Formats: sequence, structure tokens, C-alpha cells
Amino acid sequence: MRGALSLLGRLARHPSGLIGMVLILAIVAMSALAGILYPDGPWTMAGPPRLWPGADPRFPLGTDTFGRDLIPALFYGARVSLLVGVSAAGAALVIGTVVGAIAGYWGGWVDDALMRLTDAFQTVPNFLLSIAIVGIIGASLPVITFAIAIVAWPMIARLVRADVLRLRTYDFVQSCKIIGMSDLRIVFQQILPNCLAPIIVTASVLVANSIIVEASLAFLGLGDPNVMSWGTVLNIGRQELRNGWYLTAVPAVALVLTVMSLNLIGDALNDVLNPRLKERK
Amino acid sequence: MSEPVPLTGTGTTGRGPAKAPSRRLSPALRYVLRRLLQAVLVMMLVMVGSFLLVKLAPGDMVDAMAGTRDLTADQIASLRERYGLDQSVFVQLIRYMALLATFDFGYSPINAAPAMDVILARLPVTAILVVCSVSLSMVIGTIFGVLASRFAGKAVDLGISLFMLLLYATPSFIIAILLILIFAVKLHWLPIAGFESVGMGYTGLTYLKDVAAHLILPVTALCTFYIAIYGRIGRASMLEVLKLDFVRTARGKGLTEGRVFYVHALRNALLPLVTMAGLQVSSLFGGAVLIETIFGLPGMGRTAFDAVFQRDTNLLLGVVFISSLAVVIVNFVIDMLYMVLDPRVNLK
Repeated sequence: MRGALSLLGRLARHPSGLIGMVLILAIVAMSALAGILYPDGPWTMAGPPRLWPGADPRFPLGTDTFGRDLIPALFYGARVSLLVGVSAAGAALVIGTVVGAIAGYWGGWVDDALMRLTDAFQTVPNFLLSIAIVGIIGASLPVITFAIAIVAWPMIARLVRADVLRLRTYDFVQSCKIIGMSDLRIVFQQILPNCLAPIIVTASVLVANSIIVEASLAFLGLGDPNVMSWGTVLNIGRQELRNGWYLTAVPAVALVLTVMSLNLIGDALNDVLNPRLKERK
Repeated sequence: MSEPVPLTGTGTTGRGPAKAPSRRLSPALRYVLRRLLQAVLVMMLVMVGSFLLVKLAPGDMVDAMAGTRDLTADQIASLRERYGLDQSVFVQLIRYMALLATFDFGYSPINAAPAMDVILARLPVTAILVVCSVSLSMVIGTIFGVLASRFAGKAVDLGISLFMLLLYATPSFIIAILLILIFAVKLHWLPIAGFESVGMGYTGLTYLKDVAAHLILPVTALCTFYIAIYGRIGRASMLEVLKLDFVRTARGKGLTEGRVFYVHALRNALLPLVTMAGLQVSSLFGGAVLIETIFGLPGMGRTAFDAVFQRDTNLLLGVVFISSLAVVIVNFVIDMLYMVLDPRVNLK
């Protein structure tokens, strides 16, 4: 816990880390407050349709083709983006870490088999596979999350495997073996904590990617029809491009800012956690 | 990373492909065979995954056929038997893999044609998109990366880095919409959609120009993310290489700074970018779904999109299979290129 707090403190002293954290806090606040500020939900037809931003003070960001206020849509969309982004990235982290740790520690045919599986998942175009999964099984938030996580874990698996391969030759691992520690304990209690840094850095990129994929799916019309996502608004906006490009611009800016803040945090984490980079500058 | 050998001159450094004449295979040939075997294994795993997806889908092929017609239980049973759906899952899997291996993806109801024929007809558009995007993003990204490293820490570097950050964070479909809005809707400079102007009967050079005009926006949209990636990797890689001893040696020999930078350092810094190209091709086949749909291009991505919405599983999985095969082939070629380009490559 102290470690996590001091990491946050070091991030806050890093310029891009600070900007990223402020932005992401705003997005978290939006999703937390969505239900309180807009208890009616994002689907209420609150005013005249196709209102441009600023045209009516009651709807500062305008309304969509059904007269739904775009501000609640943004707030509820933040909720979906964060929920899918974090859970898909979390699932990918768990799968990738377990696969990578097993492959790296046990080596031999286990490593070969797991790495071929990883290759296969990296070979199939990720977005195409996600679309196929969502299209064939059906669009709902759990399936979408699964479809994103199942293509995202190989990156983590490769990263963890490389680190475990390196660490398992270290003296401290040998001493653990000599005192009779079980392999599982050595991997998960001794080795993995030592390769946390690259995993944490990659996690922020994973969340950003998952958010983009979710929005892309919803943009194509493959989102969960029961939730308002930024991609849903983008999908509506695509049909109104000639007359109402604000319908695209509003969710697009939210999406880009979210992804950018996560990337900034990732860059800052990389600088803070990787001492080798400091001397490079 | 071990010390790179400067790739100056034309002579190969160090490793010869077949050094000792022995009855065993040379390391290079063994490497090639090993990679081939891995590629085949990966494709077999893709087939198994594809089979699992078909099994996960609600209802089977016969259910889909029965849905449109009134069939008796007997007829359904005989259809199941005819398509082998009454066999064990393992037998079904082997039959399915045998079919895929011969590029038989089954019938595509929405096109009333074999799925493979449909895919072959749409493949060229996607191939053009992918080839143009890979080459363009690589060249532009590398230029940005090299410029940034040349002026590391100065205003040029900062400006380029900020631009890369923006490109890196903006999804390709948003760029696509933005480009349409600016260059097609507002300025009317470029066509809004399609692969060629319909009914104009262009031939020869005019036709090529027409197609090129249609492709500028989609290719740009597909490029931007990877321009940022190549830019970032290129910059980091250049800064890494510039610290190495052989660069100091080159400077010590009295070579001009430009020659040291653009010839000696750049050649070594390019290698990580080549690796990236394999990943990029894979991600472009995915991105093509969005871009071809937005720009109404008759390629494989658009085909996949239509297949999803019309529940044409055969066609959808055919596209997944062919795209994966293309990626496997590209990765194999890159591995072979690497073996030739970089004498340090581990032939294991």
C-alpha cells in the first residue's frame, strides 16, 4: 500500500504523469457521478433533436437525432469505457501473467506449446477476431470484454516470460529451490513481484487499447444495445456527418482525451519505474 | 542487447550460412525449416480456434438452413448426417481442418457463392491498402523518428513528440471521419467513398489516378497510428544506437556527422522497425474492417463486416483464416529478411 502511494506521488511529480492523472481522475469522476447527476439515464429524450452545442443553454453540448442530451451520454459512456477497459485489461493481465510465468519458468515443451499458442493469438488480426467473437456469440458487455481480453493477453505473456526467463537464473531463485520452496511459490511469490514494473507500464496501454476496441465495436454497431457508450454516439454521428459533425466530435474528443491520458500515465510510469531510461535523457 | 556489428560494406560479417560441410543440415536451413514448422503449427491452432467459434455459435449449420424452410425431423436428421454433424466432435474437427486446409470455407449464403471465391475477389483491395499503409507509415514514421533523435531535447523533438502523442491516441476510425469531413465534405478535394468512380469507364493512367484519389484518405487513416509507433521506436532506437562504440569509432575515423548519423547509425537503428512491420500487417487487417466500412471499399474487411451483420459465419471465418495466413506469410518473410540483414540473429 505504501509502495502504491509513493508511486502515485512520484507520478504526480512527473509532468506528463500529472496531466494524465488529472485527466483520468476527471473521467473516473464522470462515471462515478453519472447516476447521481443524471438519474434518468442517458436514453431520455429531453429536448428537440439535432440541437447544436451552444444553441440552447439547457443542452450545452447539444442533443442527438432523438433529442437525447449529449452530456449524460458522455457521463454514462465514461462508465462503459472504464468498466470494459479495466476489466478486459485485468483479465488479459491475469491470463498473460500466468501463461508467461509458466512458460518462462518451466521451459521445455511447456514453453514451446504455450508460445505457439501465443503466436497463434498474435497472428490472427486482433480486431477481426474480436468482431468474429462478438458477432457470432452476440453483443453484450461480458462477451465484448471477453473478446477484447482474449486478443490482448499475448503481449503480457511475452513480457512476463522474458522477465521470468532472466530472473530464474538468479541466485535468489536458486536459494529458494535449495531451501525446498515449491515451484508455484517461487514463481508467484518470489519471481513475479520482481517483474511488476513492465507489467504495470503495459497495463495502462492495455486499458487504453481496450477502450478503443470497445468504442470501435460500438461504432460499427456491435456494442451492447443496452448501454450508452461513446461508440454508440459515434455510430449515430456517422450517419449525420454532413449536417451534424458535432455528434462525432463530442464523443471523439472524450475518447481521445481518455486514451491520451492513459498513454501519458504509461509514459510517466515507464520513466519512474525504469531507472535505465533516466540516464538516457 | 549485444553489441551490433556495423553493417558497412557489402561483405557479410561473421556468420556464413553453411560453414562446415557436414551430413547434418546447415544452421540456416534448420532455422528456415523450424520457422516453417512453427508457421504450420500456428495455422493449425487458428483452425482449431475457428472450429471452436463455430461450435460456440448458437445453433448449427442445419438449424440455420432449417430456419428458412419447413423441414421434418427426418430431413433435419439426414442433413445432420450429410454434413457430418452427427459424428463425434473430434471427427468434426478433423474434417473441418481438412476443409480449411484446402481453402474450402463452405458456401456463403449472402453472396450465393463459395466463400473462398468471394474472399479472393475482395482480397486485392485490402492488399493494396495494407501494402500502401505499411510502406507509407514506415517511411514517414522513420523520418519523424530520425529527425526527433537528431534534435533530441530541442524544440523540433518536442514538437514531433507531441504530434506523435496525438496520433498515437487517436483511433484510426476517428481520423477517417475527420479526413472525410475536411477533405471530402467541406473542401470537396477528394471522393468521399468507394474504390473507383462508378460508370466513368476510365482506363489506363486516368483509371490509376482515379483509384489513387479514392485511396488517399483510407490509406492516411490507416497510417497515422503506425506513423506514431515507428516515430517513437525510431527515435528511441536511434538514441540507443548513437551511444554505441561503433558510432564513436566512425566519428573517430573523421567521418562527417551526417554520414555517421544517416549511414552508420540509421542502418542499425532500422532493425527494430522491421520487426514492427509484421505486427502492423496483422493489426491493419483488423483496422481494414473499420476503414473499408467507413469508406465503402469492397475489400475483405468490409466483407467481414457484412458477414457479421448477415450472420454468414462461413464467410466471416474464411476472412479470419485468410488474413491470418497472410500475416503468417509476412512474418515468415520478415524472419528470413532478418536472417539476411542482421548477422547477429539467433539461429535457434
